Amino acid sequence: MEKPKLVEYKRPKHINDYPTGPTTEGGKLVEKNAGWRTYKPVVDKEKCVNCLRCYLVCPDGVIFKSEGKVDIDYDFCKGCGICEYECKLDAIKMIKEDK
Amino acid sequence: MSNEKVNAKNITEDEYFYGHKACAGCGGSVAVRLVLKVLGKRTFSVLPAGCMSAVGFIYPQMAFSTNAMIAPFPATGAMISGVAAGAKALGIKDFHAVGIAGDGGTADIGFQALSGAIDRGDNIIYICYDNEAYMNTGIQKSGLTPYGTKTTTSPAGENLPGSIRQKKNMFEIVAAHDIDYAATCSIGYPNDFLNKLKKAKEIKGTSYIHVYASCPTGWGSPTNTSIDLAKKAVDCGLWYLAEYENGEFKLNKNPKRFISVKDYLLSQGRFKHLKEEDINVIIKNRDKKWEKIRKNWL
Amino acid sequence: MSNNKCFVSGDEAVALGARLARPNVISAYPITPQTIVVERLSEFVEDGSLEAEFMHVESEHSAMSAAMGVSSVGARAFTATSSQGLLHMSEGLHYASGARFPIVMMNANRALAVPWSIYGDQSDSMSQLNSGWIQVYVEDAQEALDMTIQAYKIAEDENVLTPFMVNLDGFILTHTYELLNVPNQEKVDEFLPKYETENKMDLENPKSLCFSSTPLDNLEFKYQQHMAMINSKEVIEKVDKDYGDKFGRYYGGLIEEYKCDDASVLLVTVGSVTGTARVVVDNMRSEGIKVGLVKLRYMRPFPEEKIIELSKNVDKIGVIDKNISHGYEGTVFTHINSALSKMNNSPKTINFIGGMGGRDISKEDIKDIFKSLLKTTNEDKEKTVQFIGMGCEIDE
Repeated sequence: MEKPKLVEYKRPKHINDYPTGPTTEGGKLVEKNAGWRTYKPVVDKEKCVNCLRCYLVCPDGVIFKSEGKVDIDYDFCKGCGICEYECKLDAIKMIKEDK
Repeated sequence: MSNEKVNAKNITEDEYFYGHKACAGCGGSVAVRLVLKVLGKRTFSVLPAGCMSAVGFIYPQMAFSTNAMIAPFPATGAMISGVAAGAKALGIKDFHAVGIAGDGGTADIGFQALSGAIDRGDNIIYICYDNEAYMNTGIQKSGLTPYGTKTTTSPAGENLPGSIRQKKNMFEIVAAHDIDYAATCSIGYPNDFLNKLKKAKEIKGTSYIHVYASCPTGWGSPTNTSIDLAKKAVDCGLWYLAEYENGEFKLNKNPKRFISVKDYLLSQGRFKHLKEEDINVIIKNRDKKWEKIRKNWL
Repeated sequence: MSNNKCFVSGDEAVALGARLARPNVISAYPITPQTIVVERLSEFVEDGSLEAEFMHVESEHSAMSAAMGVSSVGARAFTATSSQGLLHMSEGLHYASGARFPIVMMNANRALAVPWSIYGDQSDSMSQLNSGWIQVYVEDAQEALDMTIQAYKIAEDENVLTPFMVNLDGFILTHTYELLNVPNQEKVDEFLPKYETENKMDLENPKSLCFSSTPLDNLEFKYQQHMAMINSKEVIEKVDKDYGDKFGRYYGGLIEEYKCDDASVLLVTVGSVTGTARVVVDNMRSEGIKVGLVKLRYMRPFPEEKIIELSKNVDKIGVIDKNISHGYEGTVFTHINSALSKMNNSPKTINFIGGMGGRDISKEDIKDIFKSLLKTTNEDKEKTVQFIGMGCEIDE
């Protein structure tokens, strides 16, 4: 599976460290979105039948296929709760984040 | 053209729109994500100024891993045509050129460039993700804002029910260009959406896909109901799933009974103010539209 | 094929130059007096003498937007416009320069409405000086053809990557026929190889283009753009020399000095009026009057160093402007004065506004200008901005 990746970002020190014009390599991320979340989705692997509805409709694409079930990339999940709402088997629960 | 249907099981696991800064529960980003998953890695995409470009390209956070470029607001159709023409002239093979714009960027300011691109028959795919107002600038009325919607420029009060105009009929306007392929979709029906995207991908010529995509921030709806609301819009008859191909319209889903329009509307902040009489206007217009659809598109 | 002679209009000269530069895509919308350029190019595509895509766009805004799409994949783009059309694509002008797309565009200089006028002046392009485009103004059809080729060479230089506007005075140049030398294709191909760039979308190495920047980085990108324009000065001089060496025609780079040595007064001209002024300078010189002419070829980059150098031993400088920034003065004049403010003991300058909306600037007008520059007057009383060829009386 390929997707945009977190990379280490160093602020340019010299003007020549900037790209020539606003053009740069795609799919490079410098920060996570995890901090946006109040609730986080947790998958109950016993209940999940791998229908992949949640995977299909996730706005952030953070639900991925894993060993015949689904898993979640918590670095980029914003906690919108669509996956829990759309799961017909109650296999995903939104749980309050410990702050 | 292969007959195999695209679905969650066989679609690529790669993600091409990831780590973006869209609001939680954003329907537009569901649309963009699925578009790129169907079109694949060899895609050039052009997005005008608007939510999806604002959340996807803030230097140095680059959320698109396919080639992508922001266009001037009115220019999506022209710029993606230029991309396709340039790539063709250079002899680049096996690529897709897609323009992805919102309702304002399509039906209002980008309308002329879109019309020009369809007129030329350029080999491009144009996606309109329709959340029924200018959301990026703070929820102002667009040409696709339906009757009775409260926006920041169509306030609802004692004198007005919010927007007093119907949605511009973009699907039929586009079809009237005798376009190679056009379809309406909803993120609430993702499989239908995926397979129409596949069709657009395989057709040589110009394709237009109009996808209904909820916006919890602009609609005043909970972030977790975005998919459900986009489905209910179809189920209550305020949106429809159809195609235009080979000069013919085709209705893809003909609900035997509509679910309650009133429930759909009143579950959203933007419609909370509607009085019974306003809802009746909306229902009357829906029924008039469906009478024509059922007469002509079945 | 060796050098061909042919008798064509300025518009056709641009079309011939564009064909020789082998653009991959032409996107254009018709507007008088540019139309012949795109008519000829569409014919070249039809008859196969130019292997390119011709895009029929529905507006100038789309012409520029399509050209940017073309350039974004590393292909060579050409377009042409004029007047209202240039203003309609103004959003795209800033966009293309910010994106560092080396698009080449011909602009037929024409008045701006209202009053409506299809005739020439330079209000259109002068209003777009801040759009980040290189701007050259040519004197005749030969220079138009040659500059269309040079334009790509300069714009695509890796230290420049800046779009290029070739300006021709509407009708005076666009529709006047001249005998031209047309360079041969092989030699042009040697001079102008295929465009290669990293600044493009690439299927093997996907890119994000025209992205947003926060206040943390915006100034840096704009500084780069500014430096690219500054860098273009050197490139312009070199390309002019290389072109001259190869094709036998030199234009002087940023400016052309005409009989400026020992001159006590200079006249600065932009575009076709230079041709008229040359004749007047020759005539006056033959009478022993020491006048000189500065053909200001580029408005961007602005050759301030050259202007300062030329102004060192001069008493007075006149500047003809075929445009006006209403309520102030001509745009060229403002630029000349700004350059002169950077020297000690700068000469007195006078602005002559004329040639608006297609009005002729005659040899007599130019002779009068020189005469008034040569007159020793009480400088405090002399009007800094004067209108030439006014057709009725005005209150002074």
